[in-house]
Amino acid sequence: MAFTINVNGQAQNVDVDGDAPLLWVLRDVLGMTGTKFGCGMALCGACTVHINGVATRSCITTIDSIEKAKITTIEAVGATPAGAQIQKAWLDHEVVQCGYCQSGQIMSASALLASKPQPTDADIDEAMSGNICRCGTYVRIREAIKLAAQANK
Amino acid sequence: MIFDGIASRSDNTSLSRRSFLASGGALGGGLMLSLSLPFGRADAAMADGFAPNAYVRIGNDGQVVLTMPYVEMGQGTYTSIPMLIAEELEVNLKQVRLEHAPPNETLYANPLLGVQATGNSNAMRGAWKPMREAGAAARIMLVAAAANRWGVDASSCQAQDGAVTHVPTGRRLTYGEVAADAATLPIPSNVTLKSQADFKLIGTPAKRLDVSGKINGTAVYGIDARPAGVKIATLAQSPVFGGRVKSLDDTGAKAVKGVRQIVRLDDAVAVVADHMGAAKKGLAALKIEWDEGTHSGLDTQTIARELDQATLGAGAIAQSIGDVDKAIAGAVTKVEVSYQVPFLAHATMEPMNCTAHFRKDECEIWIGSQAIARVQRMAAEAAGLPQDKVIVHNHLIGGGFGRRLEADGAIRAVQIAKQVDGPVKVVWTREEDIQHDMYRPYWFDRISAGLDEQGRPVAWKNRFAGSSVIARWLPPAFNKGLDPDSTEGAIDLVYDLPNFQVEFMRVEPPAILTAFWRSVGPSHNVFVTESFIDELAVAAKQDPVAYRRALLDNTPRAKAVLDLAAEKAGWGQKLQERVGRGVSLQNVFGSYMAQVAEVEVAKDGTVRVRRVVCAIDCGTVVNPDTVQAQIQSGIIFGATAAVYGEITLKNGRVEQTNFDTYQMIRMNEAPAIEVHVVKSTEPPGGLGESGTSAIVPAIANAIFAATGKRLRKMPADVSLLKA
Repeated sequence: MAFTINVNGQAQNVDVDGDAPLLWVLRDVLGMTGTKFGCGMALCGACTVHINGVATRSCITTIDSIEKAKITTIEAVGATPAGAQIQKAWLDHEVVQCGYCQSGQIMSASALLASKPQPTDADIDEAMSGNICRCGTYVRIREAIKLAAQANK
Repeated sequence: MIFDGIASRSDNTSLSRRSFLASGGALGGGLMLSLSLPFGRADAAMADGFAPNAYVRIGNDGQVVLTMPYVEMGQGTYTSIPMLIAEELEVNLKQVRLEHAPPNETLYANPLLGVQATGNSNAMRGAWKPMREAGAAARIMLVAAAANRWGVDASSCQAQDGAVTHVPTGRRLTYGEVAADAATLPIPSNVTLKSQADFKLIGTPAKRLDVSGKINGTAVYGIDARPAGVKIATLAQSPVFGGRVKSLDDTGAKAVKGVRQIVRLDDAVAVVADHMGAAKKGLAALKIEWDEGTHSGLDTQTIARELDQATLGAGAIAQSIGDVDKAIAGAVTKVEVSYQVPFLAHATMEPMNCTAHFRKDECEIWIGSQAIARVQRMAAEAAGLPQDKVIVHNHLIGGGFGRRLEADGAIRAVQIAKQVDGPVKVVWTREEDIQHDMYRPYWFDRISAGLDEQGRPVAWKNRFAGSSVIARWLPPAFNKGLDPDSTEGAIDLVYDLPNFQVEFMRVEPPAILTAFWRSVGPSHNVFVTESFIDELAVAAKQDPVAYRRALLDNTPRAKAVLDLAAEKAGWGQKLQERVGRGVSLQNVFGSYMAQVAEVEVAKDGTVRVRRVVCAIDCGTVVNPDTVQAQIQSGIIFGATAAVYGEITLKNGRVEQTNFDTYQMIRMNEAPAIEVHVVKSTEPPGGLGESGTSAIVPAIANAIFAATGKRLRKMPADVSLLKA
């Protein structure tokens, strides 16, 4: 079936089954490999994108559920104010190790910062606990989110 | 910094002629490869610049390209190794470009392993001298070329920031301007390295060179490879280890939109499709009947019983001091217990994957590997091609932890690619990744000690059984029943123990393969050793820190880290009910480390690691931020294992499937971590794995302090810890 989805401000036509997960449409059909596969069951957060600004696991989001919603991926999140703040904090604070989960971490963190410019530790726990980091960068992720939030003061 | 993605060299022909490393011996005996300078003049020349050795290339445009013999998997090696070269080459890190080394065991072998691999926390230990020498040799030649141009003595010239200056006149030539001349000069036969006091880069915090692409989606991991026309495949391997495909009905799978082909192997079935969504849907629609083979009754308990029984016999003696049996017989107090640790999966965030394109007389591979030459060799065997007909492109690694020292993913991809026209990317589901990992071995230890009137240990005897990963992975290094990995952390303890014996017996589990897992041998041995010394302190009715400290007169570096960790952690200060502190101390991977974990055990038995204080003496620090980052990382990795980590078998298959049943510590559970570094001028020690081995016993000991329950089996069993 043919679908037209809005990815990073661009209309994209894809011809896949309606139950095809957005993750694989992004990665394999559109060639946007910044969004990562980790579990396929919304357990790890590596595949997180924004749908109308809300952090969403693309591995369980079927293509027929998206309709006209605006999808933002890691490739374009830097164009949003919160995304740019988070990316800068990630660099300044040297968060990244292997980096594989960080697309998803950054998408979750930037959605958090966009909705809560001054997140508390509890807010961070709630927004970020769906994202697994096997390199254990949690300490720095927490600090970097706080660093990014300082720009909002 | 120049970073436009990390290039991958696949043209190993141009490098192979510049063979300059002298290879020797086997693993375990220290530095096995050394720079054999000088090498021929022609070897240093290249068409467009200067390449005095396998690590450094300088183009006529001045571009400095460093070829990385170790792979980047998050541990910061793509920053710390360039620091070593740049320190002596006199360039700054912003001027360098990095390339993955191609498969070449001669040029790029790890000096401490004897093969081209990144593991065992030894990149920095192996690279410390040769990489600085590589930079220094290049610098000497560049300076000489500039001096010749000016007709002055080289000693009147100075190199800095990628250029040579004639100090008396201020004349300056960039490296690019003299690269072609330098390439014609003889390579110096010996080089003098800087003294530590002259370091400009080493010891200062350097920003990581591999990061910018990792925050905007442009970094390319193995799973991101997309050669033109690539199809995506996913697979089902026999759920029972050793089973085979008995019958296959692929009618439903073939009807899925986007599915192109079904590939049947002897022990697996793959669905090839336009995208992974279609491949997974096709896989779910397959009807596979398996011949389960001979292991369908296998379970974890059977394996554990076998190891338990094995420790009743005698093993290969790894270390023996004094007369341990006599000393135990004469001891005032005797303690004898057993410990066990489970199989563990690696669960790298990037699931196993490999892209392969099998053509008539060659095969091309795209992968992220810790052991690229091994991949080339084993892929060639699977393809039925000579090794030089297999082209391997290495990539960034989305978590290694030992998993990507194995080539099984590449072999699978080649098996499938042989039946597919065009390139095929084989991506394992998370379920396949966990259920068909090669696991951290299950180990069983029977350990005993004797104490004198003062409670001091006069005898220590440890006999343990389990798999030897080395025996499979690097057979020549398994000798007389022993290998250097299985016993690290069980022998050469920091403590003064006058009568001491450790025996190992290699017992391989049926059907399932074991592999290196972050902190390897010490992942098990430090848990046992540091839990047991804690038990001895309890038996002696002494404080665990004071008890250890009294045994450290011969190991001042160990004593220093123990003191520092205890002080910073507030050891001895009062805590709430069901909160405890536990300590651990180790000397593994060439670094001394002490940790104090503060753990809270809820009334329902749930374990929460609240805070970890770590003190380390890792010798000379190369990149201070990497030290912090790697220890934080290692602690989370080990704490995850202590709290959750367990792979179990039932009916010949792994019971865990995904992150719901194989759980990870997450943001809301992550402890606060403090890392304190003891200043040292010793050569660098390893770091990537130390935090992992040390945290497990620190947590177990803290749980004992909080609850009085001694956990001799990992992970922590919540049902034993209820109030």
